[in-house]
Amino acid sequence: MSNQRVVVVGGGLAGLASAMKLAELGVAVDLISLTPVKRSHSVCAQGGINSCNDQTRQLGDNEWKHFDDTVYGGDFLNHQPPVKEMAYWAPKVIELMDRLGVPFNRTGEGFLDRRRFGGTLYKRTAFAGATTGQQLLYALDEQVRRRESEGLIRKFEFWDFLGPIQDETGRCRGVVAQDMVSMEIRAFPADAAVVATGGCGLVYGRSTMSVFCTGSAASRCFQAGAKYANGEFIQVHPTAIPGSDKLRLMSESARGEGGRVWVPRKPHDSRAPRDIPASDRYYFLEERYPEYGNLVPRDIATREIFDICVNDGLSVDTERMCVYLDLTHIPKAELDRKLGGILEIYEKFQGVDPRIEPMRIFPAVHYSMGGLWADYVKSADGGLEAGAPANHMTNIEGLYAIGECDYHYHGANRLGANSLLSCIFTGLFTGPSIVNYIDNQSGGHADIDAATLSGAVSKQQERHDSLLTGDAGSDENPYLIHQELGDIMTRAATVVRRNDQLTDAIEKVNELHDRAMKVNLSDTGSWSNQNVIFAKSLQDMFPIAKSILGGALRRDECRGAHFKPDFQKPSLTAEDPAERRKQAEEWCDAFEKNNDKYLKSTIADYDNASMQPQFSYEDVDTSLQPPRPRLYGLVGADIIEEVWKERAEAKKQQPQMASS
Amino acid sequence: MIALDPAANRPQFINVRVKRQDGPGQEPYWQLFKIDYEPELNVITVLQRIAALSKTSDGKKVTPVVWDCGCLEEVCGACTMQINGRVRQSCSALVDTLLKDNADELVLEPMSKFPVLRDLMVDRRRLFKALEKVKAWVPVDSYYNMGPGERQLRAAQEQNYPLSQCMSCGCCVDACPQYNKIELERKKDETDEEFKKREEKAWDKAFVGPHAISQAMLFNNHPTGKSIAGERLDALTAPGGIQACGNAQNCVAVCPKEIPLTTSIARAGRATTIHTIKKWFEK
Repeated sequence: MSNQRVVVVGGGLAGLASAMKLAELGVAVDLISLTPVKRSHSVCAQGGINSCNDQTRQLGDNEWKHFDDTVYGGDFLNHQPPVKEMAYWAPKVIELMDRLGVPFNRTGEGFLDRRRFGGTLYKRTAFAGATTGQQLLYALDEQVRRRESEGLIRKFEFWDFLGPIQDETGRCRGVVAQDMVSMEIRAFPADAAVVATGGCGLVYGRSTMSVFCTGSAASRCFQAGAKYANGEFIQVHPTAIPGSDKLRLMSESARGEGGRVWVPRKPHDSRAPRDIPASDRYYFLEERYPEYGNLVPRDIATREIFDICVNDGLSVDTERMCVYLDLTHIPKAELDRKLGGILEIYEKFQGVDPRIEPMRIFPAVHYSMGGLWADYVKSADGGLEAGAPANHMTNIEGLYAIGECDYHYHGANRLGANSLLSCIFTGLFTGPSIVNYIDNQSGGHADIDAATLSGAVSKQQERHDSLLTGDAGSDENPYLIHQELGDIMTRAATVVRRNDQLTDAIEKVNELHDRAMKVNLSDTGSWSNQNVIFAKSLQDMFPIAKSILGGALRRDECRGAHFKPDFQKPSLTAEDPAERRKQAEEWCDAFEKNNDKYLKSTIADYDNASMQPQFSYEDVDTSLQPPRPRLYGLVGADIIEEVWKERAEAKKQQPQMASS
Repeated sequence: MIALDPAANRPQFINVRVKRQDGPGQEPYWQLFKIDYEPELNVITVLQRIAALSKTSDGKKVTPVVWDCGCLEEVCGACTMQINGRVRQSCSALVDTLLKDNADELVLEPMSKFPVLRDLMVDRRRLFKALEKVKAWVPVDSYYNMGPGERQLRAAQEQNYPLSQCMSCGCCVDACPQYNKIELERKKDETDEEFKKREEKAWDKAFVGPHAISQAMLFNNHPTGKSIAGERLDALTAPGGIQACGNAQNCVAVCPKEIPLTTSIARAGRATTIHTIKKWFEK
């Protein structure tokens, strides 16, 4: 019987990979999830999972290039050692998932088929139809069930994580959670805890995320003293189907398989799409970005679609904004084989067959690149030190963060099909680190001070009870406050950000937070009370919302998904070569100056007394690949690149000088 | 109602009748809710509107209806319930379509084969336990890097992928006449562990369900999964196994993912027969 015990919170790809790996290492695992783990939000990931592979290698690809695409796509805000480690693990991760039975699509000869995704020129993406996340999750779910049947893992499904348990030294000694059926609150003592609780899309009301992605688990760690990093970096996916309850994802794989985005050149052209001849169609991504075409990185595709509707007035629909995503030129059999899952979603929810008629899509909040701050140890070769206890440990000792709720891998913008990879990778990679951490501890889960445990439970019980008693005279409704929060956040902190709007939103969110603390519940019962569970998660959305807004306000630049038009770097205007060269020099000067100031992770600490995040900044480890301008589609990109290369070359000549 | 143009020929309100139950073993009762009509609603949005209102059609303040949901795009399997008498996912149940069939009201009830926890929320642990019974996993040696899995022909992938889309929603078992509800009451002096054991024993004897049979066939068709094919077939020949299937074929008719469940059951039938005969000869 194992004498190490870890509690894993969250049963998506990261949490399951972690539980499974820890069980293999002989650790007893308590797995806590809001939902049966098989229903976790990872099921919604569609397109695939990236790694360089035998085919791309022969075209010049390798792990380093996957690393480089990831940090370039992320606008160099990613710490580079973790990204490098992930890129080098990627082929191994996919091979393991293949062994676990994931039904990846196959080539005629029986090898794994690959498709191309955004932000790269190589076909790195392995996929299982258009439900890759679901298939990967199921494979891990099955292994966890197997370990559960062997007695190594105990699952606690429909349990809500309420907060970490910390001893007098601040070390995490387990978690407190609540049974969502019986409403029992209890302690789960452990030697270490892993938080793998995903993103925070519900802060925006509607997004592509599942209803459990409230960010409240990360927020509860944040409020307990964990740092939250790069909150303002929220990915808005270019293509989603608008809906009144949810914005349903339409995978990037639709473009990876040849889907084309267009609008009629004539505003509000009333003809049916198939009656509009090619000459009257504006394939704006292909025209503006000839190299990457429809597969530019997500932040860029999103801004272009937003821009074409909002500023150019070329939305297909007059009532609601959307553009065409067109697959109708691709043979039906191929579509069914490679994209069946997502086409069914469109057909089921829109009542239109996307094989016959182009889909109508618009951007939607999709992923949080930021998340809980966590540490890592850099290895001699520039990757991560395998087994180092600090890998992925938050600033609360013994509390680990992995998967979407960490902040390491995707910088300012995530590349498609890298998230499934980062989730599984972090789950597997941190196993030995956690075991080594526990080995170094003198006290374990069995000898935690009883007062520490009961104190942590009674604190949560008090919060619960006071919500049920309610605020006499208040009629604040948590569901309506949530709608208001979503509207404010969506308006101020998605595709385009302006300081006046952010300032205004901060004020409104502050007011709304005060109101949310006074909600009055329509259900005050003590059995399966979803009302009180939602009220708690709503209250806990505010620290995250404030970190997003505050981080965005303080960052006066454009970087990846964070776009402030007032601080956009201009295209080159001069025609004269010498003048143009001069402009390029100035452009590069400005770029370097901006990096000195803003190439930093935003770090938020939560001050519970004032209910406000406090911001500071952390240098980004760019020691492996020096940052360079991201020039997709910019006028004058060629000459800027030339100037930049010369500078980089000059720097290389005197390496000792560049200590930063 | 005066209909001047077809677009206006829509109801002003939607009546929603919900079968509620305050807890396990309690008497169910009905409540009627009235919400404003909006185009392109689904049943999830309807329940969200009801939760925000928390009032019945006659203005009585009530608790929000309890239900389960997750992805809202029909891949997680959480939001199964009976809608107008038919078991399905509530996220993909579009109100405009439902109103065409019954303009008067929407009727929402919990699934019929699982114990009700509260309102539309049921206890489906038995579904997942069945996956353990048939060992629905690939028994790999380790999670270390051991190179790729076996090469597989496209035809094999195309046979397995549809089966692998099963999201354990429970529609198939809810519609199956051979799958009966098991609701045990906890005895006095019974510990959590004892009660759980008794429950699992009861589930184990009862029909495993089409979803689990199909998963057994999925893993028996996998190059490594095959290595414990015999153990899965043993499970399917035990009480509650394949012989409990009455071939009503309701399962395949209600599966939201259109998984060929009856094909899986037929394959399992043949495989268990051969397996039993072989075992008999090997005695």
